[in-house]
Amino acid sequence: MSKVIVITSGKGGVGKTTTTAAIGAALAKTGQKVVVIDFDVGLRNLDLVMGSERRVVFDFINVIQGEASLSQALIKDKRIETLSILAASQTRDKDALTEDGVKKIIDELKEKFDWIICDSPAGIERGAKMAMHFADEAIVITNPEVSSVRDSDRIIGILDSTTEKAQKGEKVIKHLLITRYATNRAAHGDMLNTDDILDILSIPLIGIIPESDEILRASNLGTPVTLSAPDSAPSRAYTDAIKRLQGEKIEITIPTDKKGFFDWLLKRNR
Amino acid sequence: MSFFFSNFFNKKNSAPVAKDRLQILLAHERSATSNQSDSDLIQKLQKEIMAVIQKHITIDQEKIQIKVDKGSACSTLEIDIEVPQQYK
Ligand SMILES: Nc1ncnc2c1ncn2[C@@H]1O[C@H](COP(=O)(O)OP(=O)(O)O)[C@@H](O)[C@H]1O
Ligand SMILES: [Mg+2]
Repeated sequence: MSKVIVITSGKGGVGKTTTTAAIGAALAKTGQKVVVIDFDVGLRNLDLVMGSERRVVFDFINVIQGEASLSQALIKDKRIETLSILAASQTRDKDALTEDGVKKIIDELKEKFDWIICDSPAGIERGAKMAMHFADEAIVITNPEVSSVRDSDRIIGILDSTTEKAQKGEKVIKHLLITRYATNRAAHGDMLNTDDILDILSIPLIGIIPESDEILRASNLGTPVTLSAPDSAPSRAYTDAIKRLQGEKIEITIPTDKKGFFDWLLKRNR
Repeated sequence: MSFFFSNFFNKKNSAPVAKDRLQILLAHERSATSNQSDSDLIQKLQKEIMAVIQKHITIDQEKIQIKVDKGSACSTLEIDIEVPQQYK
């Protein structure tokens, strides 16, 4: 059974695209068939973060409008055989993302892939709504910062009310991923605490990704961080997160790059 | 310490790579027609290659894959034709 996952947040710049690439590559590395889809029509970036920007000819909208077949538009990753990307259109209008069109493509992708990972644009407009509409599960990306938490709360509400699952009276399974977590700021008490965020949003935590320069390096290179620096702190955090996504029970830690120190262990009793 | 040094010496700076990638990408994106003409070209090629191949063997449209790699000096076309078993 293939799973449709949306990476969403409301707020922009919190790490959705970074996470889509990192998680997509980490899952594909284990041999599972993965496609990552960019829903950010007009401002595509997933292609750049994945390093496939030079190979985009056809996009998601071309397929919806019948101008290209799905196999023409899917770009196979050059590093991992089981990973593909479907780019967003850079020139078309968001209105081209029709519910029927998106459904048809997702249904077709379900026949070819184990994981369909939808990178949502910021906001709560059409692109964001369509990215989450057919999701089985959602990874809500939150930074430890007030406006991000507020926007996540809003998105959780929308996941529970407007998605296909919600309309059928079912629930989209929700996971919280805290990204850009700065351990030094946390130590000074100037960052929203993980427990506080969990209390406010009350959805289960799937991981904490530390702030790291490896993320910047990875996007410069066009290689998901889980491939460019698989042993780095953010990669270990992403790798644990995909294990939890697959149902493994692992204690939540905040990996650090300072080798010789123990990973920060978050003692939680949830 | 060994971790620090291996980090320091083995990794090339990533910013120059980022700059190169952006220059190539933006050169293509700024010529407003380039995306449209890429996809038009691919569609034409696909049709014509199909026509030639159909004279000799029957294959379906999906089995011809034309991929593009846009470079700074030139771009490359990769044409992948999957031939059914009986013709091998
Ligand atoms: N864990 C992290 N550490 C450092 N920088 C990060 C991290 N996660 C994301 N970033 C940076 O934050 C910026 C926004 O990330 P991006 O994934 O594009 O966000 P979104 O898709 O939510 O808009 C990018 O510059 C990215 O490199
Ligand atoms: Mg993004």
